[in-house]
Amino acid sequence: MPAPPCASCHKARAALRRPRSGQALCGTCFCAAFEAEVLHTVVAGRLLPRGAVVAVGASGGKDSTVLAHVLRELAPRLGISLQLVAVDEGIGGYRDAALAAVRRQAARWELPLTVVAYADLFGGWTMDAVARSTAGSGRSRSCCTFCGVLRRRALEEGARLVGATHIVTGHNADDMAETLLMNFLRGDVGRLARGGGLGSPGEGGALPRCRPLHLASQKEVVLYAHFRRLDYFSEECVYAPEAFRGHARDLLKLLEAARPSAVLDLVHSAERLALAPSARPAPAGACSRCGALASRALCQACALLDGLDRGRPRLAIGKGRRGLDEMGPPGLHRGQVQTPASEAVPSF
Amino acid sequence: MLSAGEAWRDCFKAFYVHKFRAVLGKNRLIFPGEKVLLAWSGGPSSSSMVWQVLEGLSRDSAKRLRFVPGVVYVDEGAACGQSLGDRAKTVAEMKLILQTVGFHWHIVALEEVFSLPPSVLRCFAQEPSGTKGAYKAAVDSFLQQQHAPAQGKEGLSQPGTQDPQNPSAPPSAAQTEAQPPIAAQTEALSRLFNSVKTLTAKEELLQTLRTHLILHVARTHGYSKVMTGDSCTRLAIKLMTSLALGRGAFLAWDTGFSDERHGDVVVVRPMRDHTLKEIAFYNRLFAVPSVFTPAIDTKAPEKSSIHRLMEAFVLRLQAQFPSTVSTVYRTSEKLVKAPRDGSAGGPPGPRCLLCMCALDIDTADSATAFGVQTLHLSQMQPPTPPAEAPTTPCCSARVGGAQGCCQGAGPCGRQDPRAHVIEQLCYGCRVNMKDVPSLDPLPPYILTEAQLRSQRAWVLQELQEYLIEDSDDEVQTGES
Repeated sequence: MPAPPCASCHKARAALRRPRSGQALCGTCFCAAFEAEVLHTVVAGRLLPRGAVVAVGASGGKDSTVLAHVLRELAPRLGISLQLVAVDEGIGGYRDAALAAVRRQAARWELPLTVVAYADLFGGWTMDAVARSTAGSGRSRSCCTFCGVLRRRALEEGARLVGATHIVTGHNADDMAETLLMNFLRGDVGRLARGGGLGSPGEGGALPRCRPLHLASQKEVVLYAHFRRLDYFSEECVYAPEAFRGHARDLLKLLEAARPSAVLDLVHSAERLALAPSARPAPAGACSRCGALASRALCQACALLDGLDRGRPRLAIGKGRRGLDEMGPPGLHRGQVQTPASEAVPSF
Repeated sequence: MLSAGEAWRDCFKAFYVHKFRAVLGKNRLIFPGEKVLLAWSGGPSSSSMVWQVLEGLSRDSAKRLRFVPGVVYVDEGAACGQSLGDRAKTVAEMKLILQTVGFHWHIVALEEVFSLPPSVLRCFAQEPSGTKGAYKAAVDSFLQQQHAPAQGKEGLSQPGTQDPQNPSAPPSAAQTEAQPPIAAQTEALSRLFNSVKTLTAKEELLQTLRTHLILHVARTHGYSKVMTGDSCTRLAIKLMTSLALGRGAFLAWDTGFSDERHGDVVVVRPMRDHTLKEIAFYNRLFAVPSVFTPAIDTKAPEKSSIHRLMEAFVLRLQAQFPSTVSTVYRTSEKLVKAPRDGSAGGPPGPRCLLCMCALDIDTADSATAFGVQTLHLSQMQPPTPPAEAPTTPCCSARVGGAQGCCQGAGPCGRQDPRAHVIEQLCYGCRVNMKDVPSLDPLPPYILTEAQLRSQRAWVLQELQEYLIEDSDDEVQTGES
């Protein structure tokens, strides 16, 4: 049975159906529509002003590869210049392969690439070292908690190195939906109060961050990468199976099957949450050690590293945070509040 | 609960009852002598609630509950595909229990929505009685009336109302006898529910119609409060479900203790501190009667609707992380009933036609999820008839240009009655309507009210430049 004609240009044969609307489009028209929608998100949300130097968090994965590609296409229209910043967390067998993909792609795009490594920034602490340090306690390792916080710090450092004015990351609509579900399931009111919008405007000297793909569904990101023949690294991080986000991800897959628009509906809910003023995050101060944005005396990165250096990696985890009880070894640490391993992607 | 003997049973009962009273006492929303309608589904939570009210009223202590209760049961059998015979059997069982309880009761069939007036969808201003001072004054005057010997029952009861101090007296004529459902209405209801494509949308529609019907019963018989039996577990699930349905803006109303969206009738949830487990345990220990009625999703597979999925997920996660339900519940307490940013202090915005919450979308939403949805919706609309095409270039799916035009009351909008209704709905209700292919089977009160509102909006727009806005008027701003 021959494919129907493209619903947009009516000339070429349709090569795909858009996951949400079911509309049949040819590859070119779909990519054009995708790019137009990202452009619209950036312009309508006033995310990137003219003249901005934009640091793209490039991990080598599909989201950041698509993001960089689309922004490169749109750069002349938006009047921005791009810098790629890749973070090397020091996860053997995973990150090196991903970085190779970033390097290849950066060469093709002819965009400048800067790599920042945890080992350099954080006194030799790679993620593998953190995992070893937190292992053996009988509870889950919470690797993702460390990685998320440190990666944001690393991205910030990398962005400053290249003189960027804005940071963009490739979070898509599915990520936003998962985060919303997770935050409610774990009662993370602080994150609920901060996230859900289009990004952060950058308080206390931190660079403004945004997520231009946050209204694009994951399937469409994959389709775009396919049609543009983009080279990306698609394996899961070795520590990801331990993350709580896995539960939210499974739930999202099921919801999507029951109602295709569930992802966008969740994003809409996130945008419209109304939290009590007491639940709002504490006003921004500065970390006493590194001067970065912090709501307590030490910023989270410094607090985490402090714990690692002292041989007590869980020092900054669970303190002042309401977590869920975990099934630890019976009899031990009963009554102590522990957080389960958290997200596999940086928290917003 | 390891020791033998009856002591723990009394402890549990005391704790259970205390929670019920505490929730009511803490919020101080129910005034003495007020008429409160208990929404009873026959299920364990609402049955327990009815029982708590019964016990609370009959006790002779100084802390007795003081309001005037009534019970409403909605027979939803037609929407669930039950036969008339089965429905009659269930209703008979319900009546037996209701007679034991002895409150006023109202048994209504869901198909009676086809006789509802459009006014049920309007929000009427509440009596200004909500301040703390007013509550205390009301309690004081109530106590005075209690002790004044000459006044006796007259000061409390309203004409036709049963005396709350004598619950075993036969119900008076003010309650609703169960009428056999009208066949044409039953058929219309079946037709409506059969036309809805997904179980999720059916469930939502059922809840909406049920709410309207109960609201109508409350208004007709002078009840100013409605109590529903939602437990802590149910509310946690409901919160997560509402998120997935796009109702993030209304969580505080959907899951909070009190829901004042209707204005004159306030919905309260006194069972919200009780978990399903506690309720089941209590009902079993103290033989609280309940009746099983099949629901619209009974025996449906787990993946068939958002509601079922979320319920299964939350309960499964609860097994692994035992504080899931209480965590979600506690988070729900941090939510507030806030107006849209920037509209605080201005005239009240338009309300959703079906769920009656303030609309959570407007034309400034082009960069949000709503904007993306309408983009797709406009691409999905059936091709306009050739007669309209030349006049409607704005209806094309141009990015940024598609926003707002297909929803306006301009020349293209006026020809499409479905667009009229859709544009008066909130985001969540719009998504539900996508699964309802034709609006014709909907009960007439909805379509009539939609027509009325869009007429009014269009007239307002025409007269915009000549009208002087007066903040006291109940004017709709005409934008949506």
